Amino acid sequence: MKRFLYELSESWKIAAAQMRSNLTRSTLTALGVIIGIIAVTLMGTAVNGISIGFDKSMAVLGDDVLYVTQWPWKPVDDWWNYRDRKKIKTEYAETLNRMIAATPNSNLVIAVPTSNLMRSIKYGGNQVNNVFVLGTTSDFIVTSTIDCTNGRFFNELESRGGANVVMIGFDVADALFPSENPIDKSVLINGQLFKVVGVNTRQGTFLGLFSWDSMVAMPLAAFNKYFSAKSDSDVRVKVKDKTRLADAKDELTGLMRRVRGLPPEKKDDFSINEQQAFKSTLDPVKNSIAIAGLFITGLSLFVGAIGIMNITFVSVKERTKEIGTRKALGARRRTILLQFLIESTALCLLGGFIGLVFAYLMCFGIGKAFPSFPIHFSVDLVFLSMIVSILTGLFSGFAPAWTASRLDPVTALRYE
Amino acid sequence: MNSNNIRPLGPVVIDIENITKNYVMGEEVVHALRGVTLKIHRNEYIAIMGPSGSGKSTLMNMLGCLDTPTSGRYEFNGKSVAEMDDDELAAVRNREIGFVFQTFNLLPRSTSLRNVELPLIYAGIAPERRVERATQVLTDVGLGDRVHHKPNELSGGQRQRVAIARALVNGPSIILADEPTGNLDSKTGEEIMALLEDLYQHGNTIILVTHERDIAAHARRTVHLRDGLIEMDHAGFIPELDLAIESIPARSI
Repeated sequence: MKRFLYELSESWKIAAAQMRSNLTRSTLTALGVIIGIIAVTLMGTAVNGISIGFDKSMAVLGDDVLYVTQWPWKPVDDWWNYRDRKKIKTEYAETLNRMIAATPNSNLVIAVPTSNLMRSIKYGGNQVNNVFVLGTTSDFIVTSTIDCTNGRFFNELESRGGANVVMIGFDVADALFPSENPIDKSVLINGQLFKVVGVNTRQGTFLGLFSWDSMVAMPLAAFNKYFSAKSDSDVRVKVKDKTRLADAKDELTGLMRRVRGLPPEKKDDFSINEQQAFKSTLDPVKNSIAIAGLFITGLSLFVGAIGIMNITFVSVKERTKEIGTRKALGARRRTILLQFLIESTALCLLGGFIGLVFAYLMCFGIGKAFPSFPIHFSVDLVFLSMIVSILTGLFSGFAPAWTASRLDPVTALRYE
Repeated sequence: MNSNNIRPLGPVVIDIENITKNYVMGEEVVHALRGVTLKIHRNEYIAIMGPSGSGKSTLMNMLGCLDTPTSGRYEFNGKSVAEMDDDELAAVRNREIGFVFQTFNLLPRSTSLRNVELPLIYAGIAPERRVERATQVLTDVGLGDRVHHKPNELSGGQRQRVAIARALVNGPSIILADEPTGNLDSKTGEEIMALLEDLYQHGNTIILVTHERDIAAHARRTVHLRDGLIEMDHAGFIPELDLAIESIPARSI
């Protein structure tokens, strides 16, 4: 064991000396790895960024909220079976809440109705089209990630009375009120004036997925008064313990069947969805982006590895006589194998480190220049790319090192 | 000069019996050794002579455990070498054999100290102990002030001294010197031979492989090889006899 450590440290010294004495050659070879690691690391940060963006978008849905809807959140082949289902009515929420209150140890907390449609919003000369208008109750806040730093969400009184008040998303506020505080101003939706009571904090959008930034929320009573015509409705139900989501789902299914008055032989005529279902539809997309991206950038690292392999073969050839001498002095096959493996690994590790520094600087620059670009540099990535560098070194050094370790000492000594 | 100061023989170090070595060169089988039997004792100073093609190099590789015989028995310190695997052979080379090459074979970018340290690293000696031991041996061969010099900062004779120090550093059973003066001028060569003589007087076993009569004349025993066989093996160096033998041309094989 001790001998192995001595041989190891000796190999590092040889590798360092070798790099120093063949500086140009080592630099050029390492360049391949540097570029490879930059490519892979940048791709890694992008994959990270995409993943975080997805999760952020998903977080809007909440991981402890069940959604009662007409259509399931997944692609269906038999759409005709869903089309004729009865619509989900906002009144179900009240019925559900009574049932939840009557159930001892219910795993459900509260049901909140929502209705939505797309409308334009105006203020002064500014207009925003296709805004997601949501009608709900003041309880909505417990099922969502709404966070008003400026103003507030509408309260229970406004909710029950159907007051003309709205909470608006960050981007809407930004477009309508570029230089004013929106609070207490009145915006025009569908010809009706609504007073702004709050602005939601910025959440950021990602790949056009849903975000609160481009929506407005108002009391359901007001919503129904002015635009009940063609809205979609659903009911959200908050779960007490998100680790027992399946139980909660079963419970809610039972309650909904009672609400709909379904006899036991009939199938459910509604769908209960959760964030997870949505995620499992999107995850394959996310994963294929990651795999394709890393594969393509991995090719450039592979080219770098071939460069290292090539130079290690040259190094073995050049030092055949030295290998013979070392063997005559008692170096075992393992010693020689280790020496050349470490030489290629040291080169890769150095290249990897330099590449990582460049990648970090590039990330930093891109992040400063385009804040919305989805990249994310992490400590995991540092370790990962170092491990990838080491593996690249071992991979590319193995064949030449093996050849060196198998050299016949007599032949090697005679080599000129 | 060499008939004096003959040291008493120690136990047998090398015991080979009827060893052969065949090489396959293309379609042809070359019989480099055709049955050599030889015993070498501790504290011997022996020269192996022979023209090129006599099997001298093959025998040296065999004695140095760089190669294993095709057939025959080879015992080194009582242990059979023929059946050793690569790692066991490496261990024997590391601890029991000190090689001195004609071309010195020093690592060009390493200092004298690092060169001499090398066998100690392979033997698993701790760093402090290595430096201490290597410095000691370098001082013994007269290079106490050249410890941190690299080979290209040393003269040929000094380089060979570094190589001799490297051969000695693990306290080997034999020192195997292959044409140690071949790349040196005659004056420096004499100095190296004086160093070897000194080592012999201090109890080392020296096997000298050479085709130079002047060099072989330093040994206390001479073995002549020809066509893969031992032609003659006698004590001392008898100028008339040895010169006559060496002047016979090699039989073409």
